[in-house]
Amino acid sequence: MKPGILMLLLLLSPFAADAIDSRQFANPEQQEAYETLTSELRCLVCQNQTIADSNAELAADLRRQVQEMLEQGKSREEIVRFMTDRYGDFVLYKPPFKLKTGLLWLGPIVFLLLGLVAVFFVIRQRQPRSQRDFGIHTLPGDKKRDADVENTQTEKLAKIRRLLDEGDAS
Amino acid sequence: MLKYLIPLILFIVMAVFLAIGLNLKPNEIPSPLLNKPSPAFAAPKLQAPNEKLATADLKGQVWLFNVWASWCVSCREEHPVLNEFAKQKAVTIIGLNYKDDPAAAKTWLDTLGNPYNVSIMDQDGRIGLDWGVYGVPETFVMDKKGIVRYKHTGPVMPDDVQNVFLPLIAQLQAEAP
Repeated sequence: MKPGILMLLLLLSPFAADAIDSRQFANPEQQEAYETLTSELRCLVCQNQTIADSNAELAADLRRQVQEMLEQGKSREEIVRFMTDRYGDFVLYKPPFKLKTGLLWLGPIVFLLLGLVAVFFVIRQRQPRSQRDFGIHTLPGDKKRDADVENTQTEKLAKIRRLLDEGDAS
Repeated sequence: MLKYLIPLILFIVMAVFLAIGLNLKPNEIPSPLLNKPSPAFAAPKLQAPNEKLATADLKGQVWLFNVWASWCVSCREEHPVLNEFAKQKAVTIIGLNYKDDPAAAKTWLDTLGNPYNVSIMDQDGRIGLDWGVYGVPETFVMDKKGIVRYKHTGPVMPDDVQNVFLPLIAQLQAEAP
């Protein structure tokens, strides 16, 4: 097979992975609610699949339950509460923000901040020593030190000029 | 010194977290039913399908609710433990025959022994759904008021009976109805 066609097929494959048993509702809103709900509820037997994706018997039972409740005219919230009353928050793919789940939600931000702090220190360490000696570590009001720094700078400048002059001469 | 210490500390922290991760049991999901009234049912008895058993019939007694099925492999492992447990007559044991073929379930009880006072049938899994059953076997303990006091996921082992179930049941039997 030509690589181009293969690539195209691979890219299209997610669209082929449709719900295992798609149900038909008379009302398009219910259809939509069914599809969102089943893709937000976790199959508890095969924990990394939603009940829309899973072929487990429990997932089929939960799908049937969602369908029946929708047909009875139950709201989204009522169905979600029905599920969490029985299976706990774990049944939701997106856990609610609570005291217990705080670490889960805030953890990534904390790690990002820690990373930024680490990056800051690493960059600071990488700066050439001389630059740090001249800039950061010089406390204002330390006259002796200021004078030292100035002396070194003038010395260096003098050396550079001398070298340049020599270069020109040859 | 610090140069060597930081990677070491990072390594130790990671090792600790990974070790904790290895010992977690993600299959054991805490039941939201704990300390709440048990879900109600009224279901036909496996061995007398014309009669029904309802949760109301069990008011005033401590009872165990064990979810089982003849197709369930771990239930076979659990079964002798339940048989022994039943011999002690410490508690009423009700079985929920979950999504099973009644004939196969009856054969199972006839050949392996019947630890249950009564088993009820749940062929389409609706009672199981009400109880948040997701992996068979599961075992619930109800107090005299019908409140769920404990849930065990997976097969009950002799250690669990000795260290968890018997002490809890003794405590619940002592409570006022």
